[in-house]
Amino acid sequence: MVNYIWVIMTVAGIVFALFNGTMGEVNKAVFDGAKEAVTLCIGLISVLVFWLGMMRIAQESGLLDKLSKLFRPLVKRLFPEVPVHHPAMGYMLSNMISNMFGLGNAATPLGIKAMEELQKLNGGKDTASRSMVTFLAINTASITIVPTTVIAIRMTYHSAAPTEIVVPTIIATVLSAVSAVLIDRYFYYRKSRKG
Amino acid sequence: MALISLISMTFIPLLIGFILLYGTFKKVPTYESFVEGGKEGIKIAFQIIPFLVGMLVAISIFRASGALEALMNWVRPFMQTIGIPAEIVPLLLIRPISGTAALGMTSDLIANYGPDSFIGRLASVLQGSTDTTFYVLTVYFGAVGIKKMGDALKVGLLADVAGIIAAIVVVVLIFGTK
Repeated sequence: MVNYIWVIMTVAGIVFALFNGTMGEVNKAVFDGAKEAVTLCIGLISVLVFWLGMMRIAQESGLLDKLSKLFRPLVKRLFPEVPVHHPAMGYMLSNMISNMFGLGNAATPLGIKAMEELQKLNGGKDTASRSMVTFLAINTASITIVPTTVIAIRMTYHSAAPTEIVVPTIIATVLSAVSAVLIDRYFYYRKSRKG
Repeated sequence: MALISLISMTFIPLLIGFILLYGTFKKVPTYESFVEGGKEGIKIAFQIIPFLVGMLVAISIFRASGALEALMNWVRPFMQTIGIPAEIVPLLLIRPISGTAALGMTSDLIANYGPDSFIGRLASVLQGSTDTTFYVLTVYFGAVGIKKMGDALKVGLLADVAGIIAAIVVVVLIFGTK
């Protein structure tokens, strides 16, 4: 599916540019897009190095295990394929907690670590496992408690109540996370019925 | 507000301090562990580059050619009939694709319509309550070399739709449509 979407976006853009006379912009977009991607990755290095270093300490001191023990009853149901004592659990939980507090730059390295652990359980295949799909479904719905960036923008434009959107955001994000899990389950069970 | 910004501001430093103290208390060689863990970060960042370059080039072409705008104009009447204001349609379409572009559009909407207007509030909630599905999937699957995503993209995009509907309903119910 990614293959199709990728090709469709690119080819549709090129064909559209042919008729629309925007070939110049498209030419520029190729190099700008590539450059933006590399810049993003370079920017990620600093946070990845810092947070993965920190998390290594948290892991070796047993802090991650403690954390996963706390939320075990809930995540056990979300990820039935992951053994409860597996490090993947700790990483997934830390990732979700970081996301909740709007700490995107701490959440990404933890999420990547979680994916690595899930990949070990997956036996190194190049196909996503059930747990990976569930984990990313929850991640794209991104449960937020403090939407810091949005509050900052609202303050910049002199909102009378910059934080009034916090509660609505929490409600909306919880609803979207719950739907993400339900949609994920629907696809999983539909597939497993087909065999 | 003061309390929330205080919490968000002190959370990370406190967390760092806590991890370090806890590690020391449990006799972990903190600095050496940090360095070992950090090394992985470099590896991962480089591993993601091809995945992200591929995805971002496709997105930039699609946007720069004007195809994205045409798509927006095409779906706009339909969106309006189901009660979604035309002004936020571009944000809805761009939100799962590009985080920076969505942030730009949100700031733009808030600047133009005012942070305390219906559009401004809706944009704020939308920006805060969903994530850049394409980016998340590209980075996370890219980091572990997964090439077949299974249902992940479908699930992620449908969840975005659910999140958008939830955001609109919640904003209308709490603030009304003014």
